[in-house]
Amino acid sequence: MKPAPFDYVAPGSLEETLAALAEHGDDAKILAGGQSLVPMMNFRLAQPAMLVDCNRLRDLEFIRVAPTGELRIGAMTRQRQLERDPLVARHAPLLHGTVPYVAHPQIRNRGTVGGSLAHADPASELPVVALTRDFKLRLQRSGSERWVAAKDFFVGLLETALEPEEMLTEIVIPPLPSRTGWAFTESARRHGDYAQVGVAALVTIDSHGDCQGAKLVYLSVGETPMAAPRAAELLTGSPLTEESFAAAAEMASTQEIDPSADIHATEDYKRHLARVFTVRVLREAAGRAAAAGE
Amino acid sequence: MSESHKQVVTVVTTVNGERFERDVEPRLLLSDFLRHELGLTGTHVGCEHGVCGACTVLFDGEPVRSCLTLAVQAQDHEIGTVEGLASGPEDLHPIQQAFWDAHGLQCGFCTGGILLTMLPFLEKNPNPTEQEIRHALSGNLCRCTGYQHIVDAVLRAAAMMRSGDGNG
Ligand SMILES: Cc1cc2nc3c(=O)[nH]c(=O)nc-3n(C[C@H](O)[C@H](O)[C@H](O)COP(=O)(O)OP(=O)(O)OC[C@H]3O[C@@H](n4cnc5c(N)ncnc54)[C@H](O)[C@@H]3O)c2cc1C
Ligand code: FES
Ligand code: FES
Repeated sequence: MKPAPFDYVAPGSLEETLAALAEHGDDAKILAGGQSLVPMMNFRLAQPAMLVDCNRLRDLEFIRVAPTGELRIGAMTRQRQLERDPLVARHAPLLHGTVPYVAHPQIRNRGTVGGSLAHADPASELPVVALTRDFKLRLQRSGSERWVAAKDFFVGLLETALEPEEMLTEIVIPPLPSRTGWAFTESARRHGDYAQVGVAALVTIDSHGDCQGAKLVYLSVGETPMAAPRAAELLTGSPLTEESFAAAAEMASTQEIDPSADIHATEDYKRHLARVFTVRVLREAAGRAAAAGE
Repeated sequence: MSESHKQVVTVVTTVNGERFERDVEPRLLLSDFLRHELGLTGTHVGCEHGVCGACTVLFDGEPVRSCLTLAVQAQDHEIGTVEGLASGPEDLHPIQQAFWDAHGLQCGFCTGGILLTMLPFLEKNPNPTEQEIRHALSGNLCRCTGYQHIVDAVLRAAAMMRSGDGNG
């Protein structure tokens, strides 16, 4: 299992990187952490003619808070860095709490934030967090750039809004609204494996403790990370109770996700997991929202 | 790209403190570079897609999969392999001594990767619980031991390293 031959460049600046992508277009692939691309090349499922290695772009490894309270993260920031960074813990606790579910530390030491989002595996955790927390993504090409919202970024199985000449360079995470709680859980056959089903929740309460808004996003239940807006709608405007959690879980697991059977789990089993996990994350997120409101 | 075309890149890297310079194809994996170019066969190759952990090496002090890293990416970086742990055959690193004492290996295929995963873990967590050790081990497969003796060995290594035993 060895990669097929390819040409290799490792530009020292973003300008050179974008120029190389502009010149080679479809033939070129960005090499970020290599933790998804290199296995595919080892299996020869991917045979890019050229690799543009971005690991010398140290300017794209950063985590900082903007004066507006947004958290800005460079695309080449390692996943491992996210779990160690106090700014991420404070300003993006859902992201901070979810990163440890991604693979193993050895993989996260190399794997990048940008690579995980650009790879867009529906079983991966970071795209789910991106959708739950409305990440804004900066896509740059030689001479121009555009910003894309997470909800417009994930368009299909391993497919994003990125054009071949574009690079995802930065993500921006809006501040967490006040009186808001978060939670994430998943089930994998072994720790660190891609999950069978996972779900992230965000719950905001008003000053009386009623639900003012909620969000539920699932992994491994469709071709992209999947949101359950109707379940969230059921919760909004009412007190948060075990009954309302159960009703939302029923709606999401039967109406809003689209899991398919695989060798380890039937479709029914995945819907069952989704229902049980939905109640769990809602309960935990509601508890955190109440604690945040005190 | 034509079949006959073959790009060759010069890579300069430091492995176990020693500087090496080699001309390699960019597609050469770091695991194969260590084994075939430098003769450091203590880095084992199991699955070549990141799952088993046998190929784990230190990359600027952090454990990474050498089967998912290209040799050319080691340019200007410091690599540590299992060969770099002991200063001599009679002078094992405490973590190696602990694995010896506690029967932390049988065939030894997984051992190098486990040592290089556990060493940075113990440096950051000098007094781990058994549960934390099991968690930290989860990216390394062992088909022989059933893990119990590995966990015992890591607990023992932690105690030895805390007390400054050996050269650790
Ligand atoms: C054993 C194993 C288990 C894993 N388990 C999980 C898991 O449980 N959950 C999970 O989420 N992931 C898992 N992963 C994948 C891991 O998180 C990868 O790091 C991640 O999917 C890709 O990030 P990368 O930086 O390594 O990207 P690469 O592998 O370098 O690139 C992936 C793809 O994205 C493109 N790309 C990369 N960066 C950019 C960019 N900035 N702009 C545009 N395109 C870009 C590349 O061209 C390539 O097509 C696992 C990997 C392994 C080997
Ligand atoms: S050989 Fe690298 S992880 Fe298995
Ligand atoms: S000792 Fe044989 S694989 Fe671990």
